[in-house]
Amino acid sequence: MDLLRRVALSLATPVLALVAAALVTTALLALVGEDVGGFWSVMSTPPNARQQVNIINAGSALYLSGVAAAIGFRMNLFNIGVEGQYGLAAFMAAWFAGGGLVSGPLNTVLAVLIAMVTGALWAGIAGVLKVTRGVSEVIGTIMLNAISGLLVSYLLAKYGTNIGVSQTTTPMPESSRIPEVGIIPGASSGIDGLAFLAVVVGVAYWVVLTYTRFGFSLRAAGASETAAAAAGIDVRRMALVAMLASGAIAGLIAMPSLFSDTFAYGTGFQPGLGFTGIAVALLGRNHPGGIVFGAAIFAYLVDRGTQLNVLAGISPEIVSVTQGIIVLSVVVAYAIVQRYRTRSEQASVARRSSATSAKEVLA
Amino acid sequence: MSRSGAEVPTAPAIRVQGIGKSFPGVVANHDVTFEVAAGSIHALVGENGAGKSTLMKILYGVQAPDTGSMEVDGQPFAPKSPSDAIARGIGMVFQHFQLADNLTVLENVVLGAEKLYGIGSSARARINQLSEAYGFALDPDVPVRGLGVGARQRVEILKVLYRGARIIILDEPTAVLVPQEVDALFANLRELQREGHTLIFISHKLDEVLGAADDITVMRRGTTVDSVKPAHVTARQLAELMVGSELPSPQNDEPTVTDRVVVSLRDVQVRDGDRAVLDVDSLDIHAGEVVGIAGVEGNGQTELVEAIVGMIPASGSVLLEGQQLAGLSVSRRRALGIGVIPEDRHRHGLLLDSPLWENRILGHQTRPPATRGFWLAPAAAKADSRRIIADYDVRTPSESTSAGALSGGNQQKFIVGREMSGAPRLLVAAHPTRGVDVGAQAAIWGHIRAASREGLAVLLISADLDELIGLSDSIRVILRGRLSETFDPAHVTASELGSAMTGASTTSRGI
Repeated sequence: MDLLRRVALSLATPVLALVAAALVTTALLALVGEDVGGFWSVMSTPPNARQQVNIINAGSALYLSGVAAAIGFRMNLFNIGVEGQYGLAAFMAAWFAGGGLVSGPLNTVLAVLIAMVTGALWAGIAGVLKVTRGVSEVIGTIMLNAISGLLVSYLLAKYGTNIGVSQTTTPMPESSRIPEVGIIPGASSGIDGLAFLAVVVGVAYWVVLTYTRFGFSLRAAGASETAAAAAGIDVRRMALVAMLASGAIAGLIAMPSLFSDTFAYGTGFQPGLGFTGIAVALLGRNHPGGIVFGAAIFAYLVDRGTQLNVLAGISPEIVSVTQGIIVLSVVVAYAIVQRYRTRSEQASVARRSSATSAKEVLA
Repeated sequence: MSRSGAEVPTAPAIRVQGIGKSFPGVVANHDVTFEVAAGSIHALVGENGAGKSTLMKILYGVQAPDTGSMEVDGQPFAPKSPSDAIARGIGMVFQHFQLADNLTVLENVVLGAEKLYGIGSSARARINQLSEAYGFALDPDVPVRGLGVGARQRVEILKVLYRGARIIILDEPTAVLVPQEVDALFANLRELQREGHTLIFISHKLDEVLGAADDITVMRRGTTVDSVKPAHVTARQLAELMVGSELPSPQNDEPTVTDRVVVSLRDVQVRDGDRAVLDVDSLDIHAGEVVGIAGVEGNGQTELVEAIVGMIPASGSVLLEGQQLAGLSVSRRRALGIGVIPEDRHRHGLLLDSPLWENRILGHQTRPPATRGFWLAPAAAKADSRRIIADYDVRTPSESTSAGALSGGNQQKFIVGREMSGAPRLLVAAHPTRGVDVGAQAAIWGHIRAASREGLAVLLISADLDELIGLSDSIRVILRGRLSETFDPAHVTASELGSAMTGASTTSRGI
């Protein structure tokens, strides 16, 4: 009963948010005279096999991005720099893998590690500035996002090869690529081999956060710096470690597509996942299971969005509006659910106290 | 009837008739009936959870009552929001100040009431006028950041006066003040009363209530049980009205002090710039001994606690049963057997949004039963939380309830239980019963005394001199970071301690 209630309460937030977002989007479409029926028929059409594969691939990248943001949130840090961290990490990994210093799977493993280390170090700059000089991590990471983008452009121009007007790194050798996994029948393409990293990261995030001393210290420091410090938790160290971990996971975001799809850093690189990850983490309430849900919804919306123009003549940008409304609704819905939760908890405490008092009176 | 002496039969400032308020499954208030005479100081006393806060919220329009009626100055009063209450001249001063630290006094007062006198010179003039009229001594242009607790409270009162309040409700105004500030506060309140204001204040401290109020209303289990005149009751009778039973007496029984030194401080200094805020030559605490530290707040008590626990850097030597603590982290020191009841339980003692069993782990995250090496041990932490809940009479539905949902007294009992876990050798207790009700206070005293009988060394810091005298085996006074000679609680009086606390004892008459 108690468990049922808790589950219902935690589901209430996303459900409320999605319903609100659906209503607002519908109203918006009606207001500008778009084809509301067409919109909903496209959005509710089940994706075909190829689209399912796309959703899973996009979803796994969003999941990694969501976890990267969530690690920061759990420590009360707003790592807005996932964007810059995964961009730079993807470039460094692609550059190394394409360089062919080693070959085969070792090349792959080293490149992935380089991506994680790059992401961690890039986030670590903001972390060190935060704990030693008190620079807000929001400012630090925003600035580093800009620098990261420019740095990648510079390195690409200097060391990349030209293809038409754009540059790319050298494609990695065949032996280092990871094959796609065709688990969905009838699809022309398969799931990126490294998408399983999302599962590994999700499980590790869940276990570390919930069941380890380190995870407890991180959550305690995020919930109340003063109480954590008084309890002997080194809050500054926690902040730095959280930034490093967040950056390391951010470094993984582009790995599945790099090793199974694009094989080089160039025009195929997909920007923007770092910012979307923040929304995904918010939607999933920083919970490892919740982020799965958030990533799935966002990936689904993006995929359906590409069909909107073709099938209903509606600009796919409406999907970004819907995503934005979902995030806003989540914040509001969470506040409402939280208020209800607090109130019912206080009521149950009061019930317990008045029951004891009554017993005392009788005694 | 009231001290304002008006014999003209005026309508009461507030009349509350049969107010009831239920939350799902609980009755927070029922049949609450009382009157507050215009121009009087009216005290509302009761245990935590007796329904005082709910009643105040109803009066201030935060919550609507289910039954009953209210009148203000003889006119029906049914506020739908605090702004309705403010419009009728009711102001509320909350226990936890609602001030923006980096704004000035003027900005804090004007914030949200810009329409009244603008934000410029007329606002400043009004603030100066109010501040002078009631002896608040507040400079409108200093940032609140630099003000002490007493001054901050005056800013809060100024805020409600500025908004035109004539009936002012103060929620436990003295809980955060030291004795001198309490006296100043009551002087301010009498000043306000002379100008025709009506004051309602909530308090746990019965002596203050008896000294300051014209009328006292007692609440118990959600309802008003009696209204009394201070002249007709003693503190003990009042306390018994509140808890509805005979009180346990806070008496120290036979001393259990041994000659085994548990904690030994030598030349411990904490510096703030080039000023020593703490300068302790020597302090020893023996097994089974409770050493009380008396002092006006801000004389180094906080630094003393933090230096022992390791939260701030300090020079000198701190030995715990021969082991040098200097240079060790907070976490190491706690693992070596230091328990801490912090001064501010919300800031330093609890994760309010986390369940109690996670709070059981807090501060114990390096040792069993909360953790096993690298891993947390939720089952063991839950089991041990249930033990604390049972042994320390923490009133909560379960160990999975958020700490923030409990009342202050129950939170504090849980903290005491947690800090007594794992066989500490030293307990540092800073204001262990501040802001908790009489029942919880007696329970906490009992636990501290029982543990000291078992050989625990206790450092007790308190602003409550009765608590210090009742619990301590010896008392030191802290003044400007230095410790005085030792006082024997069996023979010292509150006024002797009081003069030592203000530095007057050396010139008057020694001990």
